[in-house]
Amino acid sequence: MVSLERVGKRYGDFQALDGIDLTVQHGERVVICGPSGSGKSTLIRCINGLEVPDEGTIRFDGKAVTTAGSSMRARELRQLRTDVGMVFQQFNLFPHLSVLDNLTLGPMRARKLSRADAEALARKYLDRVHIPEQADKFPRQLSGGQQQRVAIARSLCMEPKLMLFDEPTSALDPEMISEVLDVMGELAETGMTMIVVTHEMGFARRVADRIVFMDKGQVMEDTTPESFFTSPSSPRGAEFLQRILNH
Amino acid sequence: MSVMPVRPLRWLLPVLLLLLLAGCSGSLKWYVVSPLTDTGRSNLLFLLGGLKYTVLLSITAIAISIVVGLLVALPGISTSRWLRGANRVYVECVRSVPILVLILWVYYGLPIVMGISVSVFWAGVIALALSDSAFEAEIFRAGIQSIDRGQLEAADSIGLGYMDRMRYVVLPQAIKRVLPPLGNQLVYMLKMSSLVSIIGMEELTRRANELVTAEYRPLEIYTVLILEYLLLILLVSYGVRRLERRMTRDER
Ligand SMILES: Nc1ncnc2c1ncn2[C@@H]1O[C@H](COP(=O)(O)OP(=O)(O)OP(=O)(O)O)[C@@H](O)[C@H]1O
Ligand SMILES: [Mg+2]
Repeated sequence: MVSLERVGKRYGDFQALDGIDLTVQHGERVVICGPSGSGKSTLIRCINGLEVPDEGTIRFDGKAVTTAGSSMRARELRQLRTDVGMVFQQFNLFPHLSVLDNLTLGPMRARKLSRADAEALARKYLDRVHIPEQADKFPRQLSGGQQQRVAIARSLCMEPKLMLFDEPTSALDPEMISEVLDVMGELAETGMTMIVVTHEMGFARRVADRIVFMDKGQVMEDTTPESFFTSPSSPRGAEFLQRILNH
Repeated sequence: MSVMPVRPLRWLLPVLLLLLLAGCSGSLKWYVVSPLTDTGRSNLLFLLGGLKYTVLLSITAIAISIVVGLLVALPGISTSRWLRGANRVYVECVRSVPILVLILWVYYGLPIVMGISVSVFWAGVIALALSDSAFEAEIFRAGIQSIDRGQLEAADSIGLGYMDRMRYVVLPQAIKRVLPPLGNQLVYMLKMSSLVSIIGMEELTRRANELVTAEYRPLEIYTVLILEYLLLILLVSYGVRRLERRMTRDER
């Protein structure tokens, strides 16, 4: 479904991504982890065109999102983004819109659904993330965990084929982390293809089919959770696990 | 940051009292603008008659300058160096011309360039709007740029195009932030509209000037003129503050 070939990205002299090869199949759940600054965010932002790599090719459903430093045309990029959902660390809900309007904006403007259809869709996904009663509130009236679940529902309203998550629980108070991870786990059970950047190793163990460990802009390991947790093949991976698990 | 956070009555009343007391001493001839005498009443009505032109002029000019300002601001935040350059040139050039000069140029010069005559009112509107649009453009640019990047990325990630992103995500949030400076611009515009008196626009200042020529009581008449602007602007400030509060209510 998604393939990256020799993808590279520089910020000035700094090599944020360095020859990344990665393929994600339909229905797969991939967790990406690695130390801060290793390029995890940059990687998944490249997949939905928020960043444009300098080198390499990214394909989604066979179509090139970017080849050798040039990205799709604006119209194709918009289409891509209706197929690829993205959940951000900071939620990025629209503060001036009610929860319901946050959810219906994409379907109505990008997918051209009628208001009635968009609202039905919004309520369905609010149900899915267990907060149907919050539809008429504004984002800042909700807890962090609720806001992140609204953000997940907002992405789901686009009925994407692939969901990207960039540290979705890192900005949350500890007691709210599990409500978000539960929703993500349930989403995985529906067969959604997911790429999740997270340090929640319990979630990775339960949900992931594969773990990708990154360091210094490179993929150091790409393996099953089983083998990553029991016997990481790289010294950096072992060191990282030590730190995360003894934390 | 709100516009002029003062309680008008607290100091307006003492000022008025002081002036009236001074009038009793005989050196001031308040009868020329006193509502108690026939001459005074008709003079006052004449002065107040300028109010609707001042207001109409300012409102029309600010409405146009907001639209133009927004159109000038958008290239200023584009990724193209040429568009940003065009925005800079416009802003720098327009705001370097004194308003009075611009009024004279539009009224006397534009008809020669364009071959059409411009009425006093529209000359005033064009000059004020043009001059103000550079400031509005800067206000909008700052307001739009103050919107968090995450908002833009979220809008992109749900497949919104440039126009939708502006219309549904960026501008509604930016408008709330630029409301206080826009309010200030409106106040500024009301004051600057007095300059249009120079080309004969029958607004507040022009009328005061004409009355001064007829009655030769500059102190009394210009004092009334000041009070007219004062009341008008306090009223506008109050309205802007109410609007601000209403528009930010849903965020709390
Ligand atoms: N817009 C940018 N300009 C310059 N440098 C950037 C930019 N975005 C990211 N970087 C740099 O690229 C590197 C990789 O960043 P990235 O955000 O992908 O790391 P990450 O693995 O997601 O880290 P974290 O766990 O802290 O989120 C970092 O060193 C960062 O400083
Ligand atoms: Mg990151």
